[in-house]
Amino acid sequence: MALPTIFRRSLIAIALGVTVSGTAAAQERELLNSSYDIARELFAAINPEFQAWWQEEHGEEIAISQSHGGSSAQARAILQGLRADVVTFNQVTDVQVLADAGLVAEDWQDAFENNASPYYSTTAFLVRKGNPKGIESWDDLVKEDVQMVFPNPKTSGNGRYTYLAAWGFAENEFDGDEEQIEEFMRTFLANVAVFDTGGRGATTSFIEREIGDVLISFESEVNNIRKEYGSDDYEVIVPPVSILAEFPVAVVGENAERNGNSDLAQSYLEYLYTEETQRLLAGFNYRVHNEAVVEEFADQFPETELLEVDEVFGSWDEAMETHFEGGGLLDQLQRR
Amino acid sequence: MSQLASWRTGSTRVLPGFGLSMGISVLFISLVLLLPITGLFGQLAELSFAEYWAIITEGRVVASYMVTIGAAAVAAIINAIFGLLLAWVLVRYDFPGKRLLDALMDLPFALPTAVAGITLATLYASSGWMGGLLEPLGFQVAYTWVGIALAMAFTSIPFVVRTVQPVLEDMPVEVDEAAMSLGATDGVAFRRVILPHIWPALVTGTGLAFVRSLGEFGAIIFIAGNMPYETEITALMIFVKLQEYDYAGASAIASVVLFVSLALLLAINIWQGRFVRRLHGGKG
Repeated sequence: MALPTIFRRSLIAIALGVTVSGTAAAQERELLNSSYDIARELFAAINPEFQAWWQEEHGEEIAISQSHGGSSAQARAILQGLRADVVTFNQVTDVQVLADAGLVAEDWQDAFENNASPYYSTTAFLVRKGNPKGIESWDDLVKEDVQMVFPNPKTSGNGRYTYLAAWGFAENEFDGDEEQIEEFMRTFLANVAVFDTGGRGATTSFIEREIGDVLISFESEVNNIRKEYGSDDYEVIVPPVSILAEFPVAVVGENAERNGNSDLAQSYLEYLYTEETQRLLAGFNYRVHNEAVVEEFADQFPETELLEVDEVFGSWDEAMETHFEGGGLLDQLQRR
Repeated sequence: MSQLASWRTGSTRVLPGFGLSMGISVLFISLVLLLPITGLFGQLAELSFAEYWAIITEGRVVASYMVTIGAAAVAAIINAIFGLLLAWVLVRYDFPGKRLLDALMDLPFALPTAVAGITLATLYASSGWMGGLLEPLGFQVAYTWVGIALAMAFTSIPFVVRTVQPVLEDMPVEVDEAAMSLGATDGVAFRRVILPHIWPALVTGTGLAFVRSLGEFGAIIFIAGNMPYETEITALMIFVKLQEYDYAGASAIASVVLFVSLALLLAINIWQGRFVRRLHGGKG
């Protein structure tokens, strides 16, 4: 019985937690990119391109190492001394933690274009063949016979986006009526079948264990899953309203300086904005900013209203404090 | 002087080298055990007692204690019964494949627990072999409390087998035969002769299995479903706190697990000492 590759990969990923891989020769300069869990394949594709480009421009051979893990766990590792030169995360808050500790420049969001987020995504649904429960938007998810799978907002940034997107939808729907929003969210959370700790775990529950009617994850991820497991068995639904999920990048200034990699780190992140890389990113189902590429891939990304965390919730800090911290709204909504 | 030397080296000295071996032992224990625990308490020091109390008595955390302790107790009882049976079979009978079965007993130690958890979840989910059979009958294992107990039983069974086995091995078959020849039935021979002999080992093994289950994370997390108040284990609560960069909170909950485990192990040790003394006292 051959295991599908995503499952096999996630198995290995889970077993090892964080893996550091790379090909480092003794003399070469080595850049360490600390990234989120599901970006393995993405950076495995980008890194050789950048290495070739750098070689051409500067005549220097460099090595790039990757470290992958949950984005908060990665930030924690850097706080505790992992000497990563750059971070490419899927959580603004996790970069902010590094900025608060002084490892990343305070104005990191202005250091690169588009809030230092070279690509973005949104939260979308993956449903089973033929969409038997007729799920098109967030209000279809609170129906009595619908069961959802998405990662635990307490342990996963991916899960937090899902929670915030649903909240944002409800806020529009009920015109900001707190009571109705909370009632909606309570039903929403009660329809969750399994709370896995991370995105790949949720995928396994939905695909391998056949739990639930809908998997909620990043649009990029659900598209990749569909490609991996057969386009005939699953359908991707992008709801008319969803949330903007930024994928922030930053140079870990202190580390890059100490490693003598400041120029390399800066170029590496700038390289993510080049047209070729943006095209590559779009190929991985991430939404990008480069206009030529956007046009080229227009069919692939349905238009949808993207809510911004800063607008709906004030700021990430506020969203974290009111919703996700111990005793916050999420805890209250799940209380019984 | 000679008195001091005999105190230092103890009365059962055969080989020299007490000072060096004791020194290395203390250093090793300090580095491997005491230092991390000190670190844990260092993080606790950030909290006032009121804060500490609020964290460890929060509703969701308390619910997780219930789930964890309940499931660990069930797993420990199951392991006590089947672990004893397994040890008995391995010691008292010869059969083809005995060596293999013996080696298999260590598998839960050798296997990364996360792999065990994923495997169990695959088997017992409604799409899996076992789950497909059980679910139509109304038994749901994966993503319930039962699944948690199952994962705990899996990871901790070697503790019971491996503590009971050597004690049984030390007990010659002649003991059973003597009991029988004095008129004891099978049941009486087991209850009055064999069980008292292996009882301390069985209790220790079961206690270790229980304590191991309290701290297990990897194997359980994939089969638990992690629904708040229902199938969240205490180790997950610690993980959640760490995700929130709340080291002190994580340490606080961890300290509860640590205290409960230590208290239990200490209690078993004390009880065992008394039990053995009473057993020997009876002889004289």
